[in-house]
Amino acid sequence: MSKLKIKDHSELFLEPEYVDLFERKKEFEDACPDEEVKRVLDWTKTEEYKEKNFSRKHIKINPAKACQPLGALFCACGFENTLPFIQGAQGCAAYFRSQLNRHFKEPVQAVSTSMTEDAAVFGGLNNMTEGLENAWSLYKPKMMAIFTTCMAEVIGDDLNSFLKGAREKKIIPDDLLTPFANTPSFVGTHITGYDNMLRGILKSLTDGKKGEPNGKVNVIPGFDGYVGNIREVKRMLNLMGIEHTVLADVSDQFDSPNTGTAKIYTGGTPLADVADSINALATVSLQKYSTAKTMDYVKKTWNQETLVANPVGVKNTDALLDELSRITGKAIPAELEDERGRLVDAMIDSHPYVHGKRFALVGDQDTLLGIMSFIMEMGGEPVHVVCTADDKAFQQEAEALLASSPYGAEGKVYINADMWHLRSLMFTEPVDLLMGSSYAKYLWRDTGTPLIRYGFPILDRHHMHRYATIGYQGGLNILNWIVNTVLDELDRKTMHTTSFDVIR
Amino acid sequence: MRQIAVYGKGGIGKSTTTQNTVAGLAEAGYKCLIIGCDPKADSTRLILNKKAQATVMDLARERGTVEDLELHEVLLTGFKGIQCAESGGPEPGVGCAGRGVITAINFLEENGAYSSNPDFVFYDVLGDVVCGGFAMPIREGKAKEIYIVTSGEMMAMYAANNIARGVLKYAQSGGCRLGGLICNSRKTDKEFELISELARMLNTQMIHFVPRDNEVQRAELRRQTVIEYAPEHAQADEYRTLAKKIADNKDFVIPTPITMDELEKLLMDFGILDSEAAA
Repeated sequence: MSKLKIKDHSELFLEPEYVDLFERKKEFEDACPDEEVKRVLDWTKTEEYKEKNFSRKHIKINPAKACQPLGALFCACGFENTLPFIQGAQGCAAYFRSQLNRHFKEPVQAVSTSMTEDAAVFGGLNNMTEGLENAWSLYKPKMMAIFTTCMAEVIGDDLNSFLKGAREKKIIPDDLLTPFANTPSFVGTHITGYDNMLRGILKSLTDGKKGEPNGKVNVIPGFDGYVGNIREVKRMLNLMGIEHTVLADVSDQFDSPNTGTAKIYTGGTPLADVADSINALATVSLQKYSTAKTMDYVKKTWNQETLVANPVGVKNTDALLDELSRITGKAIPAELEDERGRLVDAMIDSHPYVHGKRFALVGDQDTLLGIMSFIMEMGGEPVHVVCTADDKAFQQEAEALLASSPYGAEGKVYINADMWHLRSLMFTEPVDLLMGSSYAKYLWRDTGTPLIRYGFPILDRHHMHRYATIGYQGGLNILNWIVNTVLDELDRKTMHTTSFDVIR
Repeated sequence: MRQIAVYGKGGIGKSTTTQNTVAGLAEAGYKCLIIGCDPKADSTRLILNKKAQATVMDLARERGTVEDLELHEVLLTGFKGIQCAESGGPEPGVGCAGRGVITAINFLEENGAYSSNPDFVFYDVLGDVVCGGFAMPIREGKAKEIYIVTSGEMMAMYAANNIARGVLKYAQSGGCRLGGLICNSRKTDKEFELISELARMLNTQMIHFVPRDNEVQRAELRRQTVIEYAPEHAQADEYRTLAKKIADNKDFVIPTPITMDELEKLLMDFGILDSEAAA
């Protein structure tokens, strides 16, 4: 058998025939002369352009957000034997699935009711009824977590009555759980959808289950692209000897071992544990903004202690462990204290390279707050903080956080802003490092500022989602990514100077 | 081919006025087509002499998709060769009626409903301009002429003004124009003067004042227009006059909608609303 020689497109299009072809194509594209392209590009780097850019109202360019149903699907994947069921259009469903699939490199199961034009006019009742019947007979899940796309929301499909009708007609069995959430794509972001779906599931499964306290602690990870974080929080709780339930545990679904057999449902929080979560000692959310409505519901109806933490960095992890210790009466073990010591030691080792570095940060509210806090602990300076969600509460909290440290003095928080805004900022007020999702790589390309991939989605680097970013171990990972990016860049910049050194 | 959209407050008599007027036009020898854009599908019964015909959306619902429909199934012929189609729509309370109108009009267009090249196409549109779907007939340069049916009742005038706002929006982008107000009399105080003045304020004309006459009811009960049921009756002549005025109309304007305050002031000026009630 001879080896196939296939050129990758990264090399293929450098062949003279393609170079020539691209050049000649310009003739038919009415292309601007190269000098004109360069002139305009240079103009987009100016203060004058920045002002125009920031007065832009009607479009978003490269926004750092996805839509509600994507978050709802992510959440639904965190439960045992659960089929995510989308009332809406097939193309939307394909987008949510493929986006998660590209981040985690894992298959993502979901069904849609395939609504088309006639459903838009007559309502989606028939689609839902037939969809439930098909999905049940094919996949036999224990639970169908139902949520919507814009189409069903614009025409106002009444999920509750549709589901009631399907039960009355015996289309789905009585014991099939069917929590639902309205998740219009045009309201909020993916984290809103996560929140709505989680609240829907918890409400539905814990209804009437209030009983004896079970002494456990519930942990809600939030919309978090790092499955390593779920494993990490479990490990910390185990070290402290705290019995726990992770609600919406996506770790096995999105990081499943290859055993040679494919399964539709992998892992997820056992539904019995979800039902019993109402009897826990306390519920801890690791993200405030992606669980706001859920935590509000828990606080008001579960009659247990609630705690919101964001355990990124030393101080934030300390706070979580202290609170857990207070709530459960369990001591923080020496092993965790050692880990803390190692992280602090590592931060000191890298301090000369991180201290004083200026950062541009883009992402979701919770992601930003966590990383801002840790960067400032290391003497780094968050300068541009960009969030696409139009969230004033977040803005206030982020501004207060910046004000709490001398390293935050230069920082400014932008909400309802996108990466094209950030591009202007990075040209007019340059920074040393950029942290954001894969979509931020365009900013790296345009500004030359090194990008540390952080947040969701990371589509162009592998295995990032397997690492933890929370706790002391997660702190080590983030520090590693930051300082080694600094050092890589230093090597690149000093390559042909006397400063090209083997020791850093 | 002149494409005309008729708007007005729900229950004001759009369908009755449209069908009687079109009957007048057909009688005068014009080729006409009526497209009902209302889920109630009552825009063509006086022409077809029967209850709501099979609508585009009815058949789409039966077949599962609009693509399986044939034009002849939904485009019927009635009094004096007038062609009739109804968009139909969902049951009240579900789905999206506006999208139904869009789907139906697209279907009729793509399948050549206008290929017989009628002189007039009338769109009889539900209620107010309530959403993008019901503005479909005046979008993308379809109906260039719009008539608003109103009466001297305050809410009918309020709706007329609101519709003028919708027309203004599409006048700038799509080129549609307001042809006038049709006053379908409810015998309110100073109705003729009031609507004439409202028309003036909206930069248009009251193209005709249709008096109230029970002959219209009697004809309607027999599923007929007055022109068919009682061709000699004075009311039939009123519709013939309106038909002629529309056929001869050259007065097409971009409307100038007024504010709620101006509308209330108008009612006060005519002594219909006292200042106490308005406050």
